[in-house]
Amino acid sequence: MSARVGVVVFPGSNCEHDVVEAVVGLGGSAELVWHGDRSVRGFDGVVLPGGFAHGDYLRPGAIARFSPVMGAVASYAADGGPVVGICNGFQVLTEAGLLPGALQKNRGLTFLCQPVTLRVESLRSVLTADAVEGATLRIPINHFEGNYTCSIETLAQLRDEGRVVLRYVDNPNGSVDDIAGICNERGNVVGLMPHPERASDELLGSADGVMLVRSFLKSCGLFGAGAAGGAGQPGDVGQPGDVGQPGVGQPGDVGQPEPRPMPARRNTDALTPASRQA
Amino acid sequence: MRFDALVEVRLRPGIADPQGATIERALPALGFSGIAGVGVGKAIRFTVEAPDEAAARARVDELCHQFLTNPVIEDATVVLSGVTP
Repeated sequence: MSARVGVVVFPGSNCEHDVVEAVVGLGGSAELVWHGDRSVRGFDGVVLPGGFAHGDYLRPGAIARFSPVMGAVASYAADGGPVVGICNGFQVLTEAGLLPGALQKNRGLTFLCQPVTLRVESLRSVLTADAVEGATLRIPINHFEGNYTCSIETLAQLRDEGRVVLRYVDNPNGSVDDIAGICNERGNVVGLMPHPERASDELLGSADGVMLVRSFLKSCGLFGAGAAGGAGQPGDVGQPGDVGQPGVGQPGDVGQPEPRPMPARRNTDALTPASRQA
Repeated sequence: MRFDALVEVRLRPGIADPQGATIERALPALGFSGIAGVGVGKAIRFTVEAPDEAAARARVDELCHQFLTNPVIEDATVVLSGVTP
């Protein structure tokens, strides 16, 4: 069985081809999906790649979450479809409320571009279902805002539910509890700051990312298996993610998105009223 | 009526502010003493059309909550002024 992966391209994404290369290298197929599209119908998995969506203006991911495709990604995720956000994609997923918490500027205020060592902490996600618990992986990071933070309650929940998927062995950016990647309750939505797709071949300096990409593809139905572990059955989503007419917008068509109601924040973590005053 | 709005976005109490901390640490070396509690945020200015000030404030508050701030880590202070009838 093949696995057809949709790789979302926002204006300013820059890791989409790395993801395509890694997916294809492991036997999957991949297609780029423009952010103006309103459908991710027919894909077995969706990746939000790294980069600087919409220039990272205001905050990384703040504007990307209003891209038309994000409504489709949210429905796709709600139907159990496998979704992985890498680096900027992780930032987009937190802004969209598909994952809890937020990513702040790195402790030390430096842009970090280096290989780091990660430990696989939980197998209950589509990215790690087929990985080896406790395995240490050498995978590059490449970010300025990768310092994961969340409320104490959220952190306790992530820990208790085995949703801290990956931790840094030597914390590079100040992330709370050394968190490098987390997943949602069902395990079908995963966000991580490191770039497994850039560690998909020894020629790139490490092939340790293969364990993660392969697990994701397996969750997408490649190698003839559905999702393993506690990740639910994201393969049985039928035609998820179709929230409108498909194919609106073409690559290169940055055009004005038409006005539409602002999606409510799903993320109710730490939503105490702001201290507003006249 | 049209109101001038000034939104100040700042990190919530308890959220690490590496920019503010770095500036504060640099101050003594530059000869500025007695300065503490440095915090770095953003100022966003725009105008808003609304029937009255309460309505304008409600719209701007909603805008802050949905878009201009990330409520997980940020707060906003809103100042409305310069009423143009």
